[in-house]
Amino acid sequence: MNPLSNGPISFRRVVPGSALTTKKQVIPVVSAKLVLKDTLGAWKVRWGIGRSRYRVDPGLYALGSPIAESPVMVTANYKLTFDALRKELAGIDSWILVLDTKGVNVWCAAGKGTFGTGELIRRLGLTELKKFVTHRTLILPQLGAVGVAAHELAKATGFRVVYGPVRAGDIPAFLAAGMKKDEGMRLVRFGLYDRMAIAPLELSQAWPYVAAAFGLAVLLPLLERTLDAVSFGRHLLVFVSPLVVGTLVFPALLPYLPFRAFVAKGAVLGFIWTVVLSLILGLGLWEGVAYFLVAGSIIAFIAMNYTGSSTYTGLAGARLEVKYGLPVLIAAALVGVALAAFHFVPLFIGGHFS
Amino acid sequence: MKYAYIANGLSLKLDTETCIGCGMCIEVCPHAVFMPDGKKVRIADRSSCMECGACMRNCPVNAIQVQTGVGCAAAIIGGILNKGNPGCGCGEGCCSNG
Repeated sequence: MNPLSNGPISFRRVVPGSALTTKKQVIPVVSAKLVLKDTLGAWKVRWGIGRSRYRVDPGLYALGSPIAESPVMVTANYKLTFDALRKELAGIDSWILVLDTKGVNVWCAAGKGTFGTGELIRRLGLTELKKFVTHRTLILPQLGAVGVAAHELAKATGFRVVYGPVRAGDIPAFLAAGMKKDEGMRLVRFGLYDRMAIAPLELSQAWPYVAAAFGLAVLLPLLERTLDAVSFGRHLLVFVSPLVVGTLVFPALLPYLPFRAFVAKGAVLGFIWTVVLSLILGLGLWEGVAYFLVAGSIIAFIAMNYTGSSTYTGLAGARLEVKYGLPVLIAAALVGVALAAFHFVPLFIGGHFS
Repeated sequence: MKYAYIANGLSLKLDTETCIGCGMCIEVCPHAVFMPDGKKVRIADRSSCMECGACMRNCPVNAIQVQTGVGCAAAIIGGILNKGNPGCGCGEGCCSNG
């Protein structure tokens, strides 16, 4: 029994942007082609604009002109995820079953359980998927396995789960190989692009700190009564650069920095940056030491928090970083501020700032 | 490139007696921690394990135990500040890779 009122023939004439209507639901027909709006939307959420509202409605979608034998791909209702999937399905007529993950991507939603066995069972019921397809196979993104138990789903619904590749880009090859993955399709990578993808978001969230650093860069030369372009530039470099180094340079250099703990990697980067900046500005030894203690701690702190963006850090290690790293960072930063104060205060009193 | 992290995989336990060698854990592991070993499976690369729990969730005979959680320092600090368990808010700040 086909619930599509029009039957398969007119179904093929359905164009993207329209919808299939059954007695109980409307099934949007979508295209594999991303339009300018999708690209702009992706760019916006990468910068953190309206990210938590970037969603598609949960439910069943038709991509191209699927028939009863077409594959069923299961995904999350974060639009960035949904778009990443359909972009790779060009020329592959398929059904897309979107779970309600509250606008969160597959891996994180699976960790929370919203991309989970329960929601999948519920969504299969609500969409009556069994009436649309003759087969009983669902293709899930492999990272969804954190939240979905394939054997439990089979017991409850009769649907067999096949865990597809980690990356949507491998789906065509995966399907062409008869739903078989090679090892490369199973592994989570963390290449330069992946590491930098989150950088704009981190930067956009750091803006209050960037603004504060900017303020300091204006305020201090004013106190010294030397507010000119050179002085302002030097102060800008001193105060703003740690935030930029921690947010942009750290992810880029992550695999090349020594040590495994992120906080230690960050401290190394903080030391390197202190040396570089000392050479540029001609800082003296104690200025350099104070700078390392404060700016190095800031960079190491940003680095430590990058564990949340990485794809390979476990809870136990992150706990160790916080337990032992955080107190050291706080103490170092306080000592650094004290050092800087001792260095500057006599100059204030003497009234001869240079 | 293979990354390594501190204290990874310490809580991962595989009960070889119970294991039926179905290979589901190999199928779902994003860091190739498991390898086939005759008619069973063995832990081949424990230090790559980020304890996501996909293997445990999909093991049909419950042969795998692992303590799962979010490896996110910000979430842990948040947990300390809020006197609660480390939970990933994930509204903002992390988890944005599609």
